[in-house]
Amino acid sequence: MHAFANPTRFLTLAKPLTLWFLVAGLVLVIFGSIYGLLYAPADQLMGDSVRILYIHVPTVWLAMGGWSAIAIASIMQLVWRHPLAAVAARAVAVPGAVFTALGLITGSIWARPTWGTWWVWDGRVTSVLVLFFLYLAYIALANASGDKGGVSRVTAIFGIVGAINIPIINRSVVWWNSLHQPASITVSGSSIDSAFLWPLMVNVIGFSMLFGAIVLMRMRSILAETKVEARLKRMAAE
Amino acid sequence: MKAKHQRLTLVLLALVALIGAGLLAAYALQDQASYFYTPSDIADRKPKAGQAIRLGGMVEEGSIERSVDGVTVQFIVRDGTAQQMVTYTGITPDLFVEGSGVVADGRLDANGMFVAENLLAKHDENYIPRELEGIDMTAGKHKTETLVQ
Repeated sequence: MHAFANPTRFLTLAKPLTLWFLVAGLVLVIFGSIYGLLYAPADQLMGDSVRILYIHVPTVWLAMGGWSAIAIASIMQLVWRHPLAAVAARAVAVPGAVFTALGLITGSIWARPTWGTWWVWDGRVTSVLVLFFLYLAYIALANASGDKGGVSRVTAIFGIVGAINIPIINRSVVWWNSLHQPASITVSGSSIDSAFLWPLMVNVIGFSMLFGAIVLMRMRSILAETKVEARLKRMAAE
Repeated sequence: MKAKHQRLTLVLLALVALIGAGLLAAYALQDQASYFYTPSDIADRKPKAGQAIRLGGMVEEGSIERSVDGVTVQFIVRDGTAQQMVTYTGITPDLFVEGSGVVADGRLDANGMFVAENLLAKHDENYIPRELEGIDMTAGKHKTETLVQ
């Protein structure tokens, strides 16, 4: 991992990777979404509102994956003092918050025709709303710390503590009676018919690549900002 | 012990404590965090008549009876062991069908009948396409038994 501790070496890899992720992600998401919206079958009970699945599932998964990435990066920052870990954690926060909001909004739109309500305070919906607030708090903390493009140790500790919400979101539908259905896709298989499943997987991979591209872009811009600041300081000192 | 290892042990200990605290909190919340009571919860606790509760379970097959006024519906909600009679006046959600999940806000009356004020349909984790092109929504709904494998 420390091979990429050097920002210059990281940037030579990140630059082409950003473009590839962006292009491949866009192609997959556009294909998956058009197929899902127009050609995939309707559900026998939900009808056409099942199509929200193709956006809802990838965004919520990435919202949870985003915080898991923040927690891992925070541990790397605190234990190994990896110089890019804090930059990565900071770069994930904003897209993570946006994807959480997208997941909540698409879920709400799906819930209206399916459950008969826009919102319920059940375990799953509430714990995802908490995740959204955790992201906002993390962004505020990270902006307040301004540690050479990275984040302060307090922010990193908050990133680790907040990760406790991730297994709670995952288990909320098992531990507590909830209106949200339990997981359809588990290690033992899927209860989603393959006609729905494969465009969903196309979108999951596509959205993940887009998420990765956004994170790489933000990491590069944070590194560039740090460079500009350092150069200005040097110029002022001369 | 190197400083790096010291930090690693500290973070690992903190993680263990954190997960422990989270599990304890989740365990303590078990009842309060549930969105609804099942019919067996109601049979166990016997809530007072008139107390607001939320009931959830499966709509028993063949139990939906619509009354002559056209807006009142009576049905049985059950889980693995217990069952509960429910009456509701109003428009039922599209996904309210026999054999599927339902969550009802309401209260028990003096006769042990659950009077619902609000009905929500619960979708399960199965996603099944409509098998025949052009089959209409209502026909699909009333034939769920034959469509679900």
